[in-house]
Amino acid sequence: MARLIVDRVTKAFGAFRALDQVSLDVRDGEFMAILGPSGCGKTTLLRQIAGFDKLDGGRIVIGETVVSTPTRHVPPERRRIGIVFQSYALWPHMTVAENVAYGLTVAGVREPERARRVEAALALVELEGYAARRPSLLSGGQRQRVALARCLVTEPSLVLLDEPLANLDVHLRASMEDEFARFHVRTATTMVYITHDQAEAMALADRIAVMDGGRLLQVATPSQLYREPADATVAAFIGEGIVVPAEVVGVEPPGRCRVDMFGLSVGMRCPLTQTPTRAARVCLRAADLAIVGTDVAGIGAHVVRAVYQGGHFRIEAQLDHVDGVLVHLTAAEPCRLAPGSAIRIGIADGWVLPESGEIVDTTAPEPTNGRRADGGAGTTAAKR
Amino acid sequence: MMADTAGWRERAEETALLWALVAIVAILSLLPLARLLFEGVAPDGRFSTAALTDVLSSATTWTATQHSLVTACGGTLLAVLIGATVAVLVGLTDIRGRNAFVFCFVLPLMIAPQVVALAWLQLFGPSSTLLKLLGLAPAMGSRNPLYSAQGIMLLLGVQYAPLVFLTLRAGLRTLPQELLEAGLAAGARPLTILRTIVLPLMTPPLVAGIALAFVSCLGNFGIPAFLGIPGNYLVLPTLIYQRLAGLGPSVLSEVAVLSCLIGFIAALGLFLQDLMLRRRDFRITTTSNAMRPFELERWRPAVEIGLWSLTVVVLVLPLVALLLSSLVPAVGVPLTAHSATWSNYDYVLFDHAAAKRAFVNSFALSATAAVVIVLLAVPLAYFLVWRRSRLLRLLNLVAEMPYALPGVVLAIAAILVFLKPLPVLGLTLYNTVWIILFGYLARFLVLGLRPVIGGYYQLDRTLEEAAQIAGARLARRLVTIILPLVAPMATAGALLVFLTAFNELTVSALLWSSGAETLGVVVFSFQQGGDSTYAAALAMLTVGVTIALMLSTLLTGKPARGVLPWRG
Repeated sequence: MARLIVDRVTKAFGAFRALDQVSLDVRDGEFMAILGPSGCGKTTLLRQIAGFDKLDGGRIVIGETVVSTPTRHVPPERRRIGIVFQSYALWPHMTVAENVAYGLTVAGVREPERARRVEAALALVELEGYAARRPSLLSGGQRQRVALARCLVTEPSLVLLDEPLANLDVHLRASMEDEFARFHVRTATTMVYITHDQAEAMALADRIAVMDGGRLLQVATPSQLYREPADATVAAFIGEGIVVPAEVVGVEPPGRCRVDMFGLSVGMRCPLTQTPTRAARVCLRAADLAIVGTDVAGIGAHVVRAVYQGGHFRIEAQLDHVDGVLVHLTAAEPCRLAPGSAIRIGIADGWVLPESGEIVDTTAPEPTNGRRADGGAGTTAAKR
Repeated sequence: MMADTAGWRERAEETALLWALVAIVAILSLLPLARLLFEGVAPDGRFSTAALTDVLSSATTWTATQHSLVTACGGTLLAVLIGATVAVLVGLTDIRGRNAFVFCFVLPLMIAPQVVALAWLQLFGPSSTLLKLLGLAPAMGSRNPLYSAQGIMLLLGVQYAPLVFLTLRAGLRTLPQELLEAGLAAGARPLTILRTIVLPLMTPPLVAGIALAFVSCLGNFGIPAFLGIPGNYLVLPTLIYQRLAGLGPSVLSEVAVLSCLIGFIAALGLFLQDLMLRRRDFRITTTSNAMRPFELERWRPAVEIGLWSLTVVVLVLPLVALLLSSLVPAVGVPLTAHSATWSNYDYVLFDHAAAKRAFVNSFALSATAAVVIVLLAVPLAYFLVWRRSRLLRLLNLVAEMPYALPGVVLAIAAILVFLKPLPVLGLTLYNTVWIILFGYLARFLVLGLRPVIGGYYQLDRTLEEAAQIAGARLARRLVTIILPLVAPMATAGALLVFLTAFNELTVSALLWSSGAETLGVVVFSFQQGGDSTYAAALAMLTVGVTIALMLSTLLTGKPARGVLPWRG
């Protein structure tokens, strides 16, 4: 177990900035997900932490050791970390037991200690009977578990997981997600989990770091990320938030305010430092929107598309007041809305996005789902 | 403090390995070629243009150059005609027995040129055992028609047609099916598609094949040695051989200039190829499954008969003629049930001292070269492909030269390097078997390296990274992870090196000495001494070993696709 500090790390490939001043503080025993679309720099970050590439600026610290600076580079084989690769990277010329034992052999662990630890690692991933098999004879899920056992048998201080579920089918994914979660509880190892799948990240992580374009946009608990996105990009990426312009007319501390949207007055959540402003932006969730009758306050809109999604419709509508603002919401069956139908949309809640560029409060992870979590206060950019 | 030393040992280890590799490649490729160029302008260490002017003003030089160009161009033309036609038929149509045909068609490439020459000589001419058997032999004393420029061209064409075939076939494999189907959908007939789509897209492999065939024809020694020397039709490699064999190391400066000349012509050929390919963009933009062959329908039997007839003419008939000649008791004696004898085989296997030594030498040299080259190739390819070491990449271009340039160039260069005792050590490699080993290592390094490089490109690098994360240092990763994974490709590369070295004559013809004979050298001396029945017997034995090894790859293991040329 070790704390991982990524401090203003920069990596450029030619003119392309793959990582731009990325800072991240992963606490001892924490499960941190790094989430972002492909090409956002998350894999580059992983390779920096593992030591496969050298960095151009900043520093990386694992535990007490500075492992990367522009002038100093501890090679991967000396970092005492574990990686679960997307492709599993099991050695096809070795049996399952030989794969798992490799790291121990390299470290000079002898029999019978080695055999005992291999057996224990295989038992941990419930593959006791498979020691003598070749990886090619295993299913995708079993290979994944062998990779996990191989990575944990040397008790690394930090485990990196590079989209470990991307090659599995949907059913297997759900059960492997459970496996990882249980795993983290049992071993209490610090884990950094790279993924582009936000459902996966939300289900597993204590905290999620959202990346885009080589920059870190927000680090927060899954719930905070969803409820209080730091900017429009995070708002749109996580849970398909709708970002619309609005005016903050009055603040009702702590953390609530009254907003005027297209003539509709709505009470919603906002950062603690919020002050009244004419140029605010608001993140709305589909669940906060509903089609209302003419007797209730709402915003006029026209249906653009109605897509049946089994049991309910996804309605996409354009607001009448402002051109180009497209919202979406769900409507229960039966529903006779066709493109062009006029509707009224009521808004129950929303979140006023902080001023642009500012990273919102990152609270400490709450000990949820029985997962181990550090009790520290965490880094705070804005005071609550 | 640990933090300050972390990684120091790993770095030192990797740096040491890298520099060791750099040094070895430089000694094998850069050193001989630099030494040769130096000799051209500064014989005996003093700058002088005397040798240069002497050689370049000699009429013999330019006659041999002209002969070299004529035979190389003629041979290339024939090789391209045969090779391209066969590649299109085998690659695009639904002929049956494809694998067997490819094996037979590529075989001449694997057999030594001097053996091919010997076999063809036994096929024609007044003393041909086969023609005598059939009662077709020309009158005694008449000239063998192969002792001519045309004969050399014919054999060069036959020998290197598989080279054009292989490069074009590899290109056709990457041709996406959609491109042809789009042509068919537009209403084009198969022949139109061939002319307007396939051939234009196949320009790069075709040009590469032409360049390869040209350089090979230019550098070939065995064929012009067997067919040209008797009629005093000299090309550059045979001129160099004659000078050196006749006058010894005193003419080294002169032959060094000749070597530079032939090397220059070869480099010009390769440069032209590069230039032609740079002008247009041939990259194929789509990727898809391999092509469905065109159906020949009622033409199929005719095409198949044509292809197999070609095999009979270029492979079966010469080898049968060679076999029959190896069974007669003396040159000119007709073969009958009564006269047939194994005595020639007895003689070369058990009685003739040099032939017996040659078996040991050739086996040992080829096997050593194969093993050493593969052991070098695995770490070399690691730095070339995965570490992208700039220094090595540059050096890799130089390493291609001893193989790309004619064999005599390397042989002369090796003599220049090793004629005098090695500094410090005081050892003399000249006139020992070790100079031949050096020649083989330098010349065939690329042959073993290429398949291994291909193997690395097919490997998932995370397999190595996983071992790195597990704490394994480079040396351990190379042995426990990488070597087992590239083993199939490395084996294929080793086999290619072994077969090529085993059948080689060009390098050893100039580097051999008494006690350090190779099979190629002994076959050559038998033939020059008029003992063509012994030559035939020895040649048949080498052909037997070669074919046996090639066949053994068909029986065992998974095919390393695209590495072994004879595997379809």
